[in-house]
Amino acid sequence: MIIKTLSRSSDTYLPARSTEISRVSRNLDPSLHPFERAREYTRALNATKLESVFAAPFVGQLGNGHTDGVYSLAKDFGKINSVASGSGDGTVKFWDLTSRDQHASISAHKGIVKGLTVTLEGNLLSCGMDSTVKLWDVSAPDSSVPLKTFLGSSGFTGVDHHRSRPTFATSSSKVEVWDLNRSKPISDLSWGADNVNTVKFNQSEQSILASTGSDRSIVIHDTRSSSPVQKLVTSMRSNAISWNPMEAFVFAAANEDFNTYLYDMRKLTRSLNVYKNHVAAVMDVDFSPTGQELVTGSYDKTLRIFRVRDGHSRDVYHTKRMQRLFCVKFTMDAKYILSGSDEGNIRVWRSEASSRSGAQSARQRTKLEYDAALKERYKNMPEIRRISRHRHVPSHIKTATDIMKIEIASRERKEENVRRRSKKGSVPYSKEREKHILGVALKE
Amino acid sequence: MSALEVASGLGLENEDRAIEVASAPTSANGSVKSRPKKKNYKIKDGRLRQSMKRSDEKFRRARAAAKSSELLLQEEAGYLEAEGMEKTYKFNQEELKQSVDITTASKAFDLKLPDFGPYELDYTTNGRKILLGGRKGHIASFDFREGVLDVEFNVNETVRDVKYLHNDQFFAVSQKKYVFIYDKTGAEVHCLKKHIEVTHMEFLRYHFLLATVGNAGWLKYQDTSTGEQVCELRTKLGPSTAMAQNPYNAIIHLGHSNGTVSLWSPNSTTPLVSMLCHKGPVNAVAIDRGGNYMTSAGADGQLKIWDVRMYKEVHAYYTPTPATTLTLSDRGLLGVGWGPHVSVWKDALKVKQKSPYMTHLSPGSAVSDLRFCPFDDILAMGHDNGVSSLIVPGSGEANFDALEANPYETVKQRRETEVQGLLNKLQPEMIALDPNFIGGIDARAPDERKQALRLVTTSETDKIKEENTKLQPKAKTRGKNSALRRYLRKKANNVIDERRLRVQESWEKEKTMRQNYRKQQRGLPVDDTEVGPALSRFGK
Repeated sequence: MIIKTLSRSSDTYLPARSTEISRVSRNLDPSLHPFERAREYTRALNATKLESVFAAPFVGQLGNGHTDGVYSLAKDFGKINSVASGSGDGTVKFWDLTSRDQHASISAHKGIVKGLTVTLEGNLLSCGMDSTVKLWDVSAPDSSVPLKTFLGSSGFTGVDHHRSRPTFATSSSKVEVWDLNRSKPISDLSWGADNVNTVKFNQSEQSILASTGSDRSIVIHDTRSSSPVQKLVTSMRSNAISWNPMEAFVFAAANEDFNTYLYDMRKLTRSLNVYKNHVAAVMDVDFSPTGQELVTGSYDKTLRIFRVRDGHSRDVYHTKRMQRLFCVKFTMDAKYILSGSDEGNIRVWRSEASSRSGAQSARQRTKLEYDAALKERYKNMPEIRRISRHRHVPSHIKTATDIMKIEIASRERKEENVRRRSKKGSVPYSKEREKHILGVALKE
Repeated sequence: MSALEVASGLGLENEDRAIEVASAPTSANGSVKSRPKKKNYKIKDGRLRQSMKRSDEKFRRARAAAKSSELLLQEEAGYLEAEGMEKTYKFNQEELKQSVDITTASKAFDLKLPDFGPYELDYTTNGRKILLGGRKGHIASFDFREGVLDVEFNVNETVRDVKYLHNDQFFAVSQKKYVFIYDKTGAEVHCLKKHIEVTHMEFLRYHFLLATVGNAGWLKYQDTSTGEQVCELRTKLGPSTAMAQNPYNAIIHLGHSNGTVSLWSPNSTTPLVSMLCHKGPVNAVAIDRGGNYMTSAGADGQLKIWDVRMYKEVHAYYTPTPATTLTLSDRGLLGVGWGPHVSVWKDALKVKQKSPYMTHLSPGSAVSDLRFCPFDDILAMGHDNGVSSLIVPGSGEANFDALEANPYETVKQRRETEVQGLLNKLQPEMIALDPNFIGGIDARAPDERKQALRLVTTSETDKIKEENTKLQPKAKTRGKNSALRRYLRKKANNVIDERRLRVQESWEKEKTMRQNYRKQQRGLPVDDTEVGPALSRFGK
């Protein structure tokens, strides 16, 4: 007789001392793990529910904010924890993001501060409706005397600094390029518009800059030829522009028609994507430093976060007291979002509502990674999709969304009726990504 | 177990921790190496193509990881081999006890309890505790390795079956009339008054469902986490004679006195499958761990192996007297109790065996219940005069997974497992013949799918469809035939006889009458010139 029976030694499996962790032996034979799909699905469902349970996007506000609305924000591309804001009463404040305290406050302009940007040395350029651009020393900000003042002919609406050279561009009734060391603009790049709303330098293709005009145009300029290159006219005005930091030729424009559009500057006859969901004009847009997401602030008192490839928002943030948004920015670590609104507060939000920034144990991290993978795998299951997509929005957004849906449906129905009663092919289907574009012009 | 199975089984769990091993298999001599074939993706959509590539890569890595994880299995399964002229089924328990180590020998015990038998048994899922239920009311739960008694009491009434719930802290006992749930200390926690005269119980551990069937033939599911009764299903086949759960898909198999075995899920009021298995009552049913094979024993003396994927008989054995109880171990050993005998068959499911692996006789005491101990080489036997446990080498799964069932779990781990189990509790709606339907694509047409959502099972949709077809009004047109007309038509046309004339006359008459009737119905003036033979001469 040859015999062997199972005879395990408990010493192998039980911890010798109470402080020791007991051994977890694994056997991956699938018959020991039945209902794999069902159990994974249940875990994914729980993870999705927990995600919305733990969603707490609002971190806090910066200091006590401004006494007037916040109309401009500037981040330093080289630093993570400092930010500046400009208000309607002409004050500019510096903030320390780590402590969320006010670093300094200057009454910089007479009238609204429309644009802020950080220079190569880390100094701050501010522009206001009082036709001046002022350069401030951030290291000694209490001086309340600017390092330099640039005088323009009309009120400035925006300013942006070149990535590597000491030049900056401003928008007013025209688009001008300035040298930090000269008092007069070095070139005028205007093309047509009576009033230019904003101007933005491309951060990778550094001599390219884009501006939006009140004639509903977006103009691409090139500082090398000191001239505008091409112009795109849309059905409504664009309020802000943000260049994708990862793809040099891609930029997003926040439009008055409630949408944000993504364009390829090489082919402006169509937009790459349309970001919908807002129910009022989009006032500002900013790309995440990763180039994967963008945040928009709107006149409907909400800010929304979009994935670059999706057409609808991933998340929507709002509070009861937050008024119309005029500026939104991702922080340089892409973990937080700053928003400046009409009632004068600058709010800090998490870009992932349910994430926490504290130190995580390896176990916790593994669990989060596992949950993320499960959610990805079962994201199309109806229940999971419903829970993960659901967002509570204020009633005015809800009503406006419902009304908008009805409007769109009736417009489509009408168009369909016209199409049905017309000659075949005479009423073509308009493309969602193209229909807002009225025309594109190239400068010879 | 192939690596592919493992890969699909372990899913995501290990993919990020995948250990890379050389995926190129080496041939026997090690000289020729074949690289895995590069897949040609003929998908136009770039994003889809990329995601297909990515998921294929994940599967490949999971497969490799699963293969390498086999190294982690450290225990080796038991075995019993005969030398020379010996036969394994000739070895008796005394001989085995002398040749195994002392810890194993201590696990083979014999409890003489002649007063309260016959006994029903149950093990916890981790095989740590055993629960005894004597027909005359004796209940005991104890750790049989340590010899520590948890609780022992007498309920002073008939006990038909006993079952542990999700762990050793609670167990259900079906008594004379109701099912009771007791805790570890023997305190009565619940009395399930809706479960009347229950004869068999099963606990679905991932769903937290206690399924019972009684003399009235009602299969009832009770959720033990919420306390709600999920459903009660009428078998319409009288008392069920056997019950088993399929560990693969949580389907309940019921054996009936008409020889059929029916398969039930809580989502269907009718059995999903009904198989005619025996020419007489079904005495016992057992299903293997993988959910592929079912064994059934009938009063006709047959012991049959079924493939429950095809619902076909694989092979049949017989027992000299009808088998009363069946059990299957984790490694596929089949225990059969017939009269006072126990025979254990090895590899009997896939291949037909000539002789049993082991046999045992408890003289003068009929075997009432058999259970293999999970993760151990022990077979427990309840009989008229008590409970015995037998050494059956090779029956138990050698390597347990501590995250599923841990024989060495601490109190803290047990609590953790309980909480995790409740968090990941599966819903009763997830029980189906194919447990992997979740997350799959429903290929049915949208309207069909919507109806199925309402009715869940396909059998019911079919019934509704049938009913719908029945309800549809048939395109009935009033027949223009009458018996008279048919007579005229059938008769040859060229022969004019008296009968034909008579028939023609009455047919004409019938025709005008019918026409008049229709006119009357429509409210048109009726041509009533025809007033009968007597009065017609006054007309015109």
